[in-house]
Amino acid sequence: MSRLSAEGLTAGYDDRTVLSGLDLQIPDGELTVIVGPNACGKSTLLRSMARLLQPASGRIVLDGQDIRRWPTKEVARRVGLLPQSSVAPEGITVADLVARGRYPHQSLLSGWSTEDERAVNEAMTATDITSLAARHVDELSGGQRQRVWIAMVLAQQTPLILLDEPTTFLDIAHQLEVLDLVAALRSEGRTVVAVLHEINMAARYATHLIAMRSGAVVAQGPPADILTEGLVHEVFGVRARIIPDPDTGHPVVLPRSPTPGAP
Amino acid sequence: MRGLQARAGTPKGTLTIRRGRFSARTSVRSVTTIAVISAGVVALMVWATTLGSYAISPAELWGLVEGTAPQRVHTVVVEWRLPRIVAAVVFGIALGISGAVFQSLTRNPLGSPDIIGFASGAYTGVVVTLLLGATGYAARGAGALIGGLLTALAVYLLAFRRGIQGFRLIIIGIALSAFLDGINTWFTAKVDVDLALHAAVWGAGSLGAVNWTSVGIGSAVLAVLLVAAPEAQRRMRRLELGDDAAAALGVPVEPTKLALILIGVAATALVTAAAGPIAFIALAAPQIARRLTGQGASVDLAGSAAVGAALLLGADLIALHAVPGVPLPTGAVTICIGGGYLVWLLVRESRRERSTA
Repeated sequence: MSRLSAEGLTAGYDDRTVLSGLDLQIPDGELTVIVGPNACGKSTLLRSMARLLQPASGRIVLDGQDIRRWPTKEVARRVGLLPQSSVAPEGITVADLVARGRYPHQSLLSGWSTEDERAVNEAMTATDITSLAARHVDELSGGQRQRVWIAMVLAQQTPLILLDEPTTFLDIAHQLEVLDLVAALRSEGRTVVAVLHEINMAARYATHLIAMRSGAVVAQGPPADILTEGLVHEVFGVRARIIPDPDTGHPVVLPRSPTPGAP
Repeated sequence: MRGLQARAGTPKGTLTIRRGRFSARTSVRSVTTIAVISAGVVALMVWATTLGSYAISPAELWGLVEGTAPQRVHTVVVEWRLPRIVAAVVFGIALGISGAVFQSLTRNPLGSPDIIGFASGAYTGVVVTLLLGATGYAARGAGALIGGLLTALAVYLLAFRRGIQGFRLIIIGIALSAFLDGINTWFTAKVDVDLALHAAVWGAGSLGAVNWTSVGIGSAVLAVLLVAAPEAQRRMRRLELGDDAAAALGVPVEPTKLALILIGVAATALVTAAAGPIAFIALAAPQIARRLTGQGASVDLAGSAAVGAALLLGADLIALHAVPGVPLPTGAVTICIGGGYLVWLLVRESRRERSTA
């Protein structure tokens, strides 16, 4: 079953078409990771699925209905998105930023209900940032800051969560910290979709992998089933060896440089 | 408040109000600060009615409230002094709101209604009005309004490309303002001295020419804006997180930006039409309020409005009474006190940061 899918989706910016005629179903309850080279349309797909981008043709279907036919706030109660470019206002506290995720559940008169308070507290507990509540977001480490943003999306209490490159600019320890959290979100029953750059992280954390190239899906399925040397070459244009992780058995991609004699 | 149990999402100093379906959250400091400033503004208003060449005693003022005051007291206070005092408060609130809206929209503490070219356009509008031969107060107001609104519209349309981005708005606003300022300077240098002086006097900005009619119109426009303010504030808070994040939270981004620009422009327009350009309040009030209310992150409409009123009323009192018998242009004074106070706040803040670092 799939609550979120793309049907014949053609989308892009101005007259540049990035995706053309894409069909895709996001499997419920899985951690779907989208990988592919730069400019292959990963973010465009994610932004279309969150209704941030109007398709040129085709449609995104959310819970059986064209996403454009849902009221704006209703979409925001079902699909949460952590965009690539989020700016924390200077001097904002962690608790304040997380609380702003409650917008789709609030109204002019209901600005801070007990329900809002509970959701924010739960989101901060789940992301382990409760002790940071009064700190300023700009003084946190990259990994902590990303957990705060994820908490904001969690406070939105959506069954579907989309994350656009949540680990970019993070060092390896913080990448693991954030991806462990993302995996935990999925195991609590949510459907999570993440765009990742790092193919080995994708292979390790994804329960469903989507490989894209030039605006089209090349392969999709469990990483162990679809990740082959042929696929890596087809998608990234890079020769690679793939070996199983000696500890976990997940596929590990070892890229080989095309330059003879290079390390 | 239930007990002393620490609640993560509710930091110290938070004030939560829940009555039935109504709920809201703010900080104790913010509420206290705004209450104190508002009380100060009211006190200043009362005091201002007694100031001037015709002294009014507190007893006479009280007589006015009771309805026993002689006609001359009524004339001096209600007809001469009150319109200007009320105008200072109403226009101060409007400028505070306008500044807060533009600073939030551009995510830039130097944002102000000037970035959309309103002030320069209004000046050009007045210049054109004068060239057409109309020198009356109403004609000048209308000219300012048309010039300002047309310029704001032009800046908005030129800056629109797949939506409005704060940075492009600033750049285009600066470019168009510079162009219009050139025209304004050329006018001042070329035309008849009398006309140039007319324009320059208007350009200095003064509350000297307001009357109950212009204050009434301004108040009516402001009342409409105040109704929209709470919802505007809610959406500003989300837009500050970036367009994508705001859209993902369910904020219709472009319609909201357009509405915010309209609020900001209308708030500036109601002041400029009646009093000419009053500089600096819109720039300084949100930043001063932000520091006083301890709302580290965001500009706050209520705080900016309160500080705007206090600044403009204070500035106008200084303009009227600092040099006995010589009224100064209000606009010139706002730059001096608003600017001075902001510099003092910034210096104090950076000292504190250095000592805690």
